[in-house]
Formats: sequence, C-alpha cells, structure tokens
Amino acid sequence: MFDRQKIEEIAKERERWEKSTLPNWIKQCPERQKEFKNHSGMTIKGLYTPEDIKDMDYMRDLGFPGEYPFTRGLHATMYRGRLWTMRMFAGYGTAEDTNKRFKYLLSEGETGLSTAFDYPTIMGYDSDHPMARGEVGVCGVAISSLQDMEVLFDGIPLDKVTTSMTINGPASVLLAMYIAVGDKQGVPREKLGGTTQNDNLKEFFAQKLCIFPPQPSLKLSVDIIEYCARYLPKWNPISISGYHIREAGATAVQELAFTLYDGIAYVEETLKRGLKVDDFAPRLSFFFASHNDFFEEIAKFRAARRLWARIMKERFHAKNPRSMWMRMHVQTSGCTLTAQQPLNNIVRTTIQALAAVLGGTQSLHTNSFDEALCLPTEESVRVALRTQQIIAYESGVANTVDPLAGSYYVEALTNEMEEKAMEYIQKIDDMGGVIPAIEKGFFQKEIADSAYRYQREIDEKKRILVGVNEYTIEGEEIPVKLLRVDPSVEKKQIERLQKLRRERDNRKVKEVLEKLHYAAEKDENLMPTIIEAVKAYATLGEIMDVLRKVYGEYKELIII
Amino acid sequence: MQSGRKIRVLIAKPGLDSHDRGAKVVARALRDAGMEVIYTGLRQTPEQIVETALQEDVDVIGLSILSGAHMALFPRIMELLKEKGLTDVLVFAGGIIPEEDIPELKKMGIKEVFGPGTSTETIIKYVLENAPKRK
Amino acid sequence: MPEISEIAKGVLAGDKRSIAKAITIAENSPEEAQSLIATIYPHTGKAHIIGLTGPGGAGKSTLIEKMVREYRRRGKTVGVIAVDPTSPYTGGAFLGDRIRMQELTTDNGVFIRSMATRNNPGGIAKATKDAVKILDASGKDVIIVETVGAGQSEVEIIKVAQTIIVIHAPGLGDEIQAIKAGIMEIADIFVVNKADRENADKTVMDIQAMLQLDNKEKAWTPPIIKTVALTGEGVPQLIEKIEEHWRYLQKGALHKRSLEKAEAELVEAIKEKVTSSIIEKLKREKRFEEILRRIVEREIDPASAAEKLLNQILE
Repeated sequence: MFDRQKIEEIAKERERWEKSTLPNWIKQCPERQKEFKNHSGMTIKGLYTPEDIKDMDYMRDLGFPGEYPFTRGLHATMYRGRLWTMRMFAGYGTAEDTNKRFKYLLSEGETGLSTAFDYPTIMGYDSDHPMARGEVGVCGVAISSLQDMEVLFDGIPLDKVTTSMTINGPASVLLAMYIAVGDKQGVPREKLGGTTQNDNLKEFFAQKLCIFPPQPSLKLSVDIIEYCARYLPKWNPISISGYHIREAGATAVQELAFTLYDGIAYVEETLKRGLKVDDFAPRLSFFFASHNDFFEEIAKFRAARRLWARIMKERFHAKNPRSMWMRMHVQTSGCTLTAQQPLNNIVRTTIQALAAVLGGTQSLHTNSFDEALCLPTEESVRVALRTQQIIAYESGVANTVDPLAGSYYVEALTNEMEEKAMEYIQKIDDMGGVIPAIEKGFFQKEIADSAYRYQREIDEKKRILVGVNEYTIEGEEIPVKLLRVDPSVEKKQIERLQKLRRERDNRKVKEVLEKLHYAAEKDENLMPTIIEAVKAYATLGEIMDVLRKVYGEYKELIII
Repeated sequence: MQSGRKIRVLIAKPGLDSHDRGAKVVARALRDAGMEVIYTGLRQTPEQIVETALQEDVDVIGLSILSGAHMALFPRIMELLKEKGLTDVLVFAGGIIPEEDIPELKKMGIKEVFGPGTSTETIIKYVLENAPKRK
Repeated sequence: MPEISEIAKGVLAGDKRSIAKAITIAENSPEEAQSLIATIYPHTGKAHIIGLTGPGGAGKSTLIEKMVREYRRRGKTVGVIAVDPTSPYTGGAFLGDRIRMQELTTDNGVFIRSMATRNNPGGIAKATKDAVKILDASGKDVIIVETVGAGQSEVEIIKVAQTIIVIHAPGLGDEIQAIKAGIMEIADIFVVNKADRENADKTVMDIQAMLQLDNKEKAWTPPIIKTVALTGEGVPQLIEKIEEHWRYLQKGALHKRSLEKAEAELVEAIKEKVTSSIIEKLKREKRFEEILRRIVEREIDPASAAEKLLNQILE
C-alpha cells in the first residue's frame, strides 16, 4: 500500500522523533500509565504510522465494499443505501404485554422486532412447571403454546416485519409456532423473514442455557439450518453468537475466535448432511457485543468480516460471494452498564453503538440505561432507540462507507485481531474441534480467567469504572423508576394453560408426541413433526419433555 | 495433627437464572482468600440449596440471582433454612436486586445484599468478619 | 453447639444434621472426634466401602451419580465423600464434585459431603476414615469415596475402601502409565468410561497390558468394565462386579484386610498420641527449643536426639 522508500524515510524520521521530540515532551508530561494495553492483552502504542501497516495490500486486505474480502462492508453503499436495522430486544410478562411493547417500539421507529423469552420458556418449561415458579414473564415473555404466540403477534403482519427470536434449545418449537402463525395469517412461508438464535454450542460455555448434551444440541441447530435452506429462504436459521461469550467475561479476541469457530463447526456439521455450502451459508448470521474500548471493537467487527470471508473461501471453498458474507447483529454490552449513576449508561451505550456503526453492523440493539437495575421502562427504551436515530441522522457517520479505513491505528489493530483470533482457531483445531474443546473445559477456563482478571483490575483500580470505583457518590440514591412485572402474570398464564389443555384434542396431541418421539429416535429432521405438534396445541414443555427423554439432560462442566 | 478450621461457603444459583459470571468470580475470590467453597452450579431449587447447606455444614450461603425472581425464591429458601435448624448460617445475596427490595430481604434473614459493582474485596472482608465463629 | 453425645446419638439415628456436624468435628477437632468415634465405633463395620479414583476428566462424578441411582434402585442407602485438593498457595479449596450429583441431594437415602485435603495428607486421610465411620454408623449400606488420583495422599485416602475402582477414559492425554503407581496395584476393578469413543478399546488394551506385567499371583483378577457414564450404559454391570468383589471379600480376604487396616490405624494412632504427648511434655518443660538448637548446631543428629529423649522419658 505504501512506497518502500517512503516507508524507510518515515521510519528514519520516526526514530528521530522518538529520540528528541518525544522524550522532551515526556519529561514535562509523563504518560499516565507505564504501558497501555487493551483487555485482549494487545499493547497500544502511543503513535501509529504507515510503518505499522506497511505490508498491507489494499485489494487483498481491504478491497471495495460489497466485494471479497468485505473488510470495508458487505454492501457497496452500506448505510447510504439502507441504514442498519434498529432492532430492540423486548419481552416481558404475558404475550399481550409484549405485543403492546412491540407495537410501541414499531411506532417509535424501530425497524425490526426482537423477542426476549422468559426463563421457563428458554429452558423448555411451561409456565406451570415447578421450575417456573417465580420466573414466569419476569425477564422475557412467557410462551407455552401456539395460542400465546398468536397473541404475541396479534395485529402484526408477518410479511411486513422481520422478527428475531432469542431462543436456543427450544428454537425448533418457537420457529414452528412462528411458521404456524404465519400460516394462519396467510403469509406464504417463503416470505417469512427473521432469525432464530439457535446457537446451542455457545450455551455450553457462555449463556449456559443448555438443555441437552452437546451432540443432540448440535443436531437440533443443524435441523433448523437444513429446514430453512429448503423451505424458508428468507429466514436466518442461526445467529452464531459472541455476545454471550463476551458478557461471560471473554476478551474481544476470544469473542471473535470462539464465535468464528462455532461458525466453522456449524458449517462442517451441515455439510455432513449432504448440503452444499452455497445452499445454506448465505443465511448464516452472527451476533456480537459492543463494549467500551471504541477502537478495539471497530477492529473486531472489521476483522470478523474479513476472517469469515477468508474461512468460507479457503476452508470451505464457497463460490457464491453471499456465502462469504458475515452478516451481523450487534448489541451494546450489558455487563459494562452500572447500577450507580445510571444516566451515565446512556453515554456508554452511545460509544458502543457508534463503534458498531463504524464497524459496519447490519442490525443493532442499544441497551437502556436502567439495564443494571431491571427491565427497561418505556421511557428508557425510547432513549436507547433515539440513540441509534441520532447517530443515523445527526452524526453524519452513516454518510460514507467504512470511514475509518486507512487509519494506521485501526488497520493495525484489525490485523492484530485477525492474527490473534487465528491462533485460537488453530489451537481449537489441534484439540479436535469444538466439542472436544468444550469437554476439556478449554473455553470455560479461558473465559473464567479473563473474567477474574477483569474483576481484579477493577478491585485494584487498574481499571476505572466511572461511578463505581472512581467518581462515586457517597450514599447514592437511585432515582429511576423501575419496571416491575406483575406477579399475577404467573397466575394468568397457569390458568390459560390449564384451559388450553382441557379444550384441545388431547388424543391428537398424544399421537403427534409419539410420532415426535419416534422421529427423534430415528434421528430425522424434527422440524416438520414439531410444526404438526404445535398446530395441535401441544405445549412447549410437552414437546421438550419428549426430546429430554430421548436425548437426556446436560450437566455443565464447571471451571471457575 | 489438624489444619486450621476453614470457613465453608456455599455459593448457590437459585431458579432458572443462567448468569454465572459473578457467582464464579466470587467463588474463586473466596477460595483465594482461603475458604472452602462449594458451588453447586446453575438451576438449583430452594430444597436443593438448603439440603446442600445442611449436608456440607456450611458457615455461609451466598445467593446469586440476576433474573428478578428473588422475591419468589428467597422467602422459600429462608423458610426451609429455619425448618431445618440452620438459623446460625450467614446468608448474603448478590446480583440484580432493586434497592427497594432489600429491607424486606433483610427482614427475612438475608444479612447483606451486594449489588452490581461490589468489589470482591468487600465481599471477602464481609464474610471473614461475619461468618459465625464456631469452635 | 450440641454435646458430642447428642451428635453421636443423632448419627446412629441417621439424622442428617448430626451426620454433617459429626463430619465437621472429624475435620477440625481431634479430641472431640476421638470421643465421638469412640461412641459410634461399635456400630460400624457393616457398610461396603468403595473407593473411586482416576485422572480429572475421566467422568468420576458423572459415574458416581449413575452408580448411586443404581444402588438406590436396588433399595440401598448411599453415602458419598468427594475429596478435592486444597490450593497450596491460598489454603482455600473449590469443591465442585457435587454439581454432577445435585439431583440426588434431596433423596433421603443419599448423603453427599465434600472434603478438602487441607494440605495435610495425614490429616485428610484420618478425617476421611472418620467420615466413613460416621456414615457407616448412620446406617448407609454403601459408601463411595472419590478422589482425583493425582498424588500420594490420594493413595492413602483411597485405602480406606474395601473395593477400589480406578477409572480412566480415552483421549485424556494421560497415558495409563501416568496413573500413579501405587494406585494401579491396589485396584480391584478398572473402569474405562466414555467407552463410546473411538479409542476406548485401546485404553482397555493398555490396562490389560499393564496388568499382565504384574506377575504376582492374585486371587482376584481385576476386571475391566466399559461404561458410558452420561447414558448409564455399563453401570448395572459395574455394580454387579462390585457386588461380586464384595462376595469374594467375604470369603476371607475382607477379614485379612480389616486386620491390616486395624493395624495401620492403631499404629498411626499410637504414633500420633506418643508424638504429641512427648512434644507437649518437652515444650512444657521448656526443653524443646534447647534440643532444636543442639540439632541445628550439629551437636547431635535428630535420630540420636529422639532416642536419647525416649530413653529419658521411658525411665
């Protein structure tokens, strides 16, 4: 990218500068720290020059947006053509409550729906299961049957919106319910657009919502990828996630590497079913976090795009450029938000959202400032949405593609991110892949160590958290209004469920559940049978119980 | 020849909440402070938590919860502890627990609640100073 | 704190709180432990004590969970003692073995206790033996002691068992040879877990090869059982073999081993009492520091000093 001679000249001048101008200045004004490192462990220099990227080749390493290796963006015009989707994660209480919140967000300008389910639903329990006691509707919407799903999307035409569903173990069931609602609305299945998170691998070492052991969990994820490749061309069957890995304590490099490796595992597994890579890869999508270290995050997003493109081309020999696209959704970080002086979180979320936009995300959720206290109120979620709108319309950053390209720092950091992620990928390859690594506790140990190191840094004040270990308010009173979920939600749900079980055709339910059991034992793709089951109003818990019987339940490997 | 008596702490995650980063960091910190830490993993019922505390004869129980279900689960835990005669065990909690709930939790017998941003030092110091002094 | 006699009564009645408190006493207070054990000792000797050891990652806890379920299905009550290492740097310990067994926690016929080695090989071995006696006296039919087969102290701990099971699994990176010598020799049953893996049969063959190297005449040939602890496959067969070993022991070997154990415990107890009482006496008479000084200054070597002292005391 640079003329060799010019680089040598600059190097000479830089050495001179380091011997004279720099030390003179440092004498008057010493640096704030002995050395500056980001949390991934990379040393941050005081100054970056063309030397730091002298081996880069514009066409090989950056290219043009919309072309391999896609470092600068997936689309030729990016946000000049279409802004990222503003997709706010929402859900609490009953389906009616969440339906209301969905409509509120759409009216305030969000451009895509994103569903948060409550813990019982996420773990595959009906609202009246003993393990659901106290948890129904508390941190997401309670969905136990197709009936609830119909209420959730009442008045929301599924051919006019795309919906993301954060659901993993029971993803097949929720997707089946969504399809059934679409059928009822008369929307052709090929028109249904949205995403099921459906990334069961990361559950084992990050989000911990694992229900079944690793092998059957992987099978269920790939069932959905395979089914969508054939019947739901607009649906993203999977959102390969790094967000939870990062929130569990991983560094940005680990988030990048482990997520990409999960992606590799899903591709390999799907290929084993006889599909060709270009048949399904275009619909794989990804989900990352955006944390506070502004440039580290931007570098991470750009490195992710380039690295995935290279992996798809070189490792999996994809031919269709769309198979090489790393389409990502980003959520600003929850764990960096503080309970102390919560209004400060608006600032944090803004920095993190800006990084995601400068990193070229396709879709973005911004957290509300009361996230560390409770679920967001209408007011706080509106501010979060406005944050995205202000960035989009007032800051100007969306008016050109990949504005930070060419920055010596950002490009050097992007290169280093990619390098370090590749080291991890090689390591996991050497271990025999993702499942052996999970069983050895490799990811869990890396994450636990990073999490512990982070906490030590805060405890020792090596890392400042404004409002928490510095600039605190003595005897602070938190003035914000909190969202509390009405405890009668649980009662309502239980009554509704009991009524459903009385009024449906129980013989039909029994029949289809037996069919499901048989299909699971024969290792068939379970989607068609699950769709049949939800249409007969078998409940989520009943369907999951069949699978629990066949696959067994999983007990995690704990590494602190 | 005996080694010094150790403080035995049970770190428990009641209910379906799957956020275990904090619980694991605290478990490790307490271990590094010389305590014996029993961690029973995710998704524990109140019955399992209390029975574990009893069999392991713990001095301290730390309850970690971020799902908002604490007002439904904690009363049951405290009730069971009383039933089984474990009233001298120090119980503290941490996670996402609104300030306004704390007075009621304390009335139930939960001696201290550590919110987000609490340093591990604070928790270690608290446990060292408040764990029941047994022979 | 309730009286020792109250606790002992509770142990004999099978009261879980008493059992828990008794084990705590065994871990922390030698004098009270002695009095407690003395009271309950006549009621011990009925349980079948099983030791389970092997490298980390072999699936011990998962296997124990399945074993306990199988025993429960057969109407037996079970005690489990899981021993984990104490950190030599911090003195603390992370006791995580119960995680795999948590569903059994609320079964009234099962008692699970985690113990840390406390950097004291003699201490944990004694505490474990006492804990076993407590569970035995409380009426448990089977007691399983689990340790990580990583050190010499673990060999001591596992010797409390009558049936010793060594577990291994393919692909752990630990060659069979790495299993501590000492453990291989005392194993009564070998288990190859994760037997659904490709190289499971090689692990079986490696163990067979090792066994053939040992050309001592053995009345009991240790069998090798394949299990898949995750699904429970092979566990009923394992229990059968354990029962078979129990029947074999009843024919005479058990009595012989019991005598050996009794001798070892008695000798240990005598050593402990003699040593502590002599050192106490020396310290009381303020002679201890003087003797140490003489040893350091090379006026006398430790063995001769001990002999001299003993002669003086025994006069």
